[in-house]
Amino acid sequence: MSKLSVGSSPHHHNQRDTGAVMRLVMYACIPGILMQTWFFGVGVLIQIALCMVTAVVTEALIVELRKKNTERVIKDSSAALAGLLLGISIPPLAPWWIAVIGSFFAIALVKQVYGGLGFNMFNPAMAAYIMLLISFPVQMTAWLPPVSLTEQSFTFIDALNTVFTGFTTDGYSIEQLRVGYDGLSMATPLDHLKTQLIEGYTVGEALSSPIMSGNWGLGWTPVALAYLAGGLLLLKLRVINWHIPVSMIGAAMATSFVLFAADSSVYGSPAFHLINGSLIVGAFFIATDPVSAATTNRGRLIFGAAIGFWIIVIRTWGNYPDAVAFAVVLMNMAVPLIDYYTRPRTYGHKAKTSSIHNNEEP
Amino acid sequence: MKMFADYDQIMERISLQNLWDFPGGVHPTQKKSLSNQTDIQRIDLPSVVHIPVKQHIGVNGELIVKEGDTVKKGQPLTTSENSFAVPVHASTSGTVVAISDHVAAHPSGLSELTVTIECDGKDSEYEYTPMSDYAQRSKGEIIQAICAAGISGMGGAGFPTHLKANNVKPIEFLIINGIECEPYITSDDRLMREHAWQIRQGIDILCHLLQPKQVLIAIEDNKPEAFETMSIACQQEDNYHVVKVPTKYPAGGEKQLIQVLTSREVPSDGLPVDIGCLMYNVGTCYAIADAVIEGKPLIERVVTITGEAVDAPQNVWARIGTPIKHLLAQAQYHSEKQSYPRIIMGGPMMGFTLSSVQIPVVKITNCILVPAAKELPLVEDERACIRCSACADACPASLLPQQMFWHSKAKEYEKAQEYNLFDCIECGACAYVCPSEIPLVHYYRKAKADIRQQQLEKEKSEKARVRFEARKDRLQREKEAREEKHRLAAEARKQSLNKDGGAAKDKIAAALARAKAKKAKQQAQLKDKPSSDE
Ligand code: SF4
Ligand code: SF4
Repeated sequence: MSKLSVGSSPHHHNQRDTGAVMRLVMYACIPGILMQTWFFGVGVLIQIALCMVTAVVTEALIVELRKKNTERVIKDSSAALAGLLLGISIPPLAPWWIAVIGSFFAIALVKQVYGGLGFNMFNPAMAAYIMLLISFPVQMTAWLPPVSLTEQSFTFIDALNTVFTGFTTDGYSIEQLRVGYDGLSMATPLDHLKTQLIEGYTVGEALSSPIMSGNWGLGWTPVALAYLAGGLLLLKLRVINWHIPVSMIGAAMATSFVLFAADSSVYGSPAFHLINGSLIVGAFFIATDPVSAATTNRGRLIFGAAIGFWIIVIRTWGNYPDAVAFAVVLMNMAVPLIDYYTRPRTYGHKAKTSSIHNNEEP
Repeated sequence: MKMFADYDQIMERISLQNLWDFPGGVHPTQKKSLSNQTDIQRIDLPSVVHIPVKQHIGVNGELIVKEGDTVKKGQPLTTSENSFAVPVHASTSGTVVAISDHVAAHPSGLSELTVTIECDGKDSEYEYTPMSDYAQRSKGEIIQAICAAGISGMGGAGFPTHLKANNVKPIEFLIINGIECEPYITSDDRLMREHAWQIRQGIDILCHLLQPKQVLIAIEDNKPEAFETMSIACQQEDNYHVVKVPTKYPAGGEKQLIQVLTSREVPSDGLPVDIGCLMYNVGTCYAIADAVIEGKPLIERVVTITGEAVDAPQNVWARIGTPIKHLLAQAQYHSEKQSYPRIIMGGPMMGFTLSSVQIPVVKITNCILVPAAKELPLVEDERACIRCSACADACPASLLPQQMFWHSKAKEYEKAQEYNLFDCIECGACAYVCPSEIPLVHYYRKAKADIRQQQLEKEKSEKARVRFEARKDRLQREKEAREEKHRLAAEARKQSLNKDGGAAKDKIAAALARAKAKKAKQQAQLKDKPSSDE
């Protein structure tokens, strides 16, 4: 008989490896991405493709330079996922180099400089997003109004042209595209609320603009709901735990409720905050990034709740309209501390004295 | 008498079958139906048996046979006065052909002292002394019988049973473990289905010895047939409760099962008796009944031979010492179904791979698992930890496997211990779920071994240091004592000078005076006879 192979227990393994986990997260994004494309055009897909390709190529190059097993590293799909998450955060018609610079930054500087997957402190997609937002504020906030509100209809070729040259085939610039039929430059609902409030309007007045239909930001709400569906699927498949999404959304709701109750004319309602901006994507897809999130259950609750709180605070008083990226990166820094102080009680330690004591009665 | 405050609550929940849960746990595919469909088979005797002299936690017994001796089935091969030694017995009749090192049933694959018997095929029996009236016998006699039968825990730990039964602390719950939570293994399942009555007799004996208030017989809910037969066997006794436990790995772990049944936790540095519980495996109960009622030693046990690389997976009565090769032949093993031959003793979660098919069945061997090529794939290299904490979610002991792994890998053993490394029961749930396929348990074992080694060395060097210091101290003390003596002597001299200083001076003066007087006298005498030499 040939030599027996020996190995360490357990010999049984769950078949879901890291690559499978990452791919499941990507699949769960599909409904959201489709909805986003429906409302904001094929530019969404172009940005995602640009980011994913750049991220994977960057990862491959760096891993090759470090003389590691490139194929194995690429197969874990983590670079592709980081690219995808950055891609959905970039305005659909932003110039191509935004996506390329962002993805390169995410992989090369946020992830690989720290030692690659598992060693990065910050969420690569979000750190890159912040870098882009600070460096290229104009391009990064140039969200088009939902397709149905624009004057010009445009095609896939238009979108490609805009991304790569800055103009559609008919020669419109992105700024022209952003102008709605009422001649006003359109923004995202959060942007809109922010500028309107700064200009002295009340929340009620701000919400009556055509890009809003009541609380429901046109386009943004269905997108948020589609991501929610994907997120629930991830929960169901146990790819993510409930702790972060629930505590994050819960804290955001609670914070905005307190503010809204204090003065509903200057603060957005909880519902407004929930379905606008990237709170839901953030709660299910971004803050749950395992590498940079807290790792204990109690820690996850604290981590999520703090992010939810900061999102509302930054949205309300900060300079930038949406705040998921800032809040996540901020809390990434607190993770080691949170983990350390939320260690669970190990079996058999500090046993519950109430149930384990001798009863004196005969 | 109530010993613990939560007793009534526990009994209420037991009667409602509303148990507690333990954190974490996993649900690997069971694959139990591969082997539990047929009765336990009696198989042909092997041509030789290899009986390791030590098969339990504790110390060796002393050999009482030598090469060339003929032995009968059930004849003791070792004996000892030491209470931690459990004897081993010839599992069939034949001739002792060798007493030498033989590769052992141990993950290390090292060799240990083994008695090899060439079987004569007659299987003629040694004379046993039954004790059917055990209820009239003293506790000591029964425990002696259990010890003499060579029984050590058959669930896996191999702790000498008679020591555990010789307990003096009060027991609230005697827990009989019929969980068998490892996938594939069905030896306890079949034993309960076919021999519930004898298991019940073993439990009766334990009750006689331990006087527990309640007996909880715990069976996982994936074994309805075993639950049924055990319920019938135990129905006359009011304080015997057959309890259905939800299937989850590792529900059969001693600490986890106690937690599920009572919500009590065994203190980290304590034993189950500290919380009024004591646990025995169903196989051990079966063996105890044999030992006491029949006087029969532990010379065979049920072994599951399973996996997709055998054509006839089944449970067999295997004599202790049977080479694994013999069992594989019985189950029609096809090595070509494995792309790399691999044989696991125990289950897929906690079992260990064998380095040779000559390794014998021992008292704790419950399963031989031979997976086909794609069945339990070998892991590729581990990937980087993605900090997903799937491991922590799966850990039944509420440890943080990820943190223990980082520190174990970096050899930061103090930090690893801060994360309670030694509370890890090595169940493998964490490594099972790890998406990066990191052999976490392997890292923990290595870290634990290193730490133990370090502690040994520290103790050794500590002892050496103590010896060295003692010697230094002694020399120092001797030196000091010497110096002290000199000092004292000097002091005494000085003191005696000072104390009666005046007198001494007088003495000197007197002596001087005397000398002077003498001189004067001499001179006077000279003057008296002046002319003599002038
Ligand atoms: S399951 Fe594996 S990859 Fe995930 S945190 Fe634990 S050790 Fe790391
Ligand atoms: S092997 Fe240890 S760390 Fe891993 S799950 Fe089991 S008890 Fe927890």
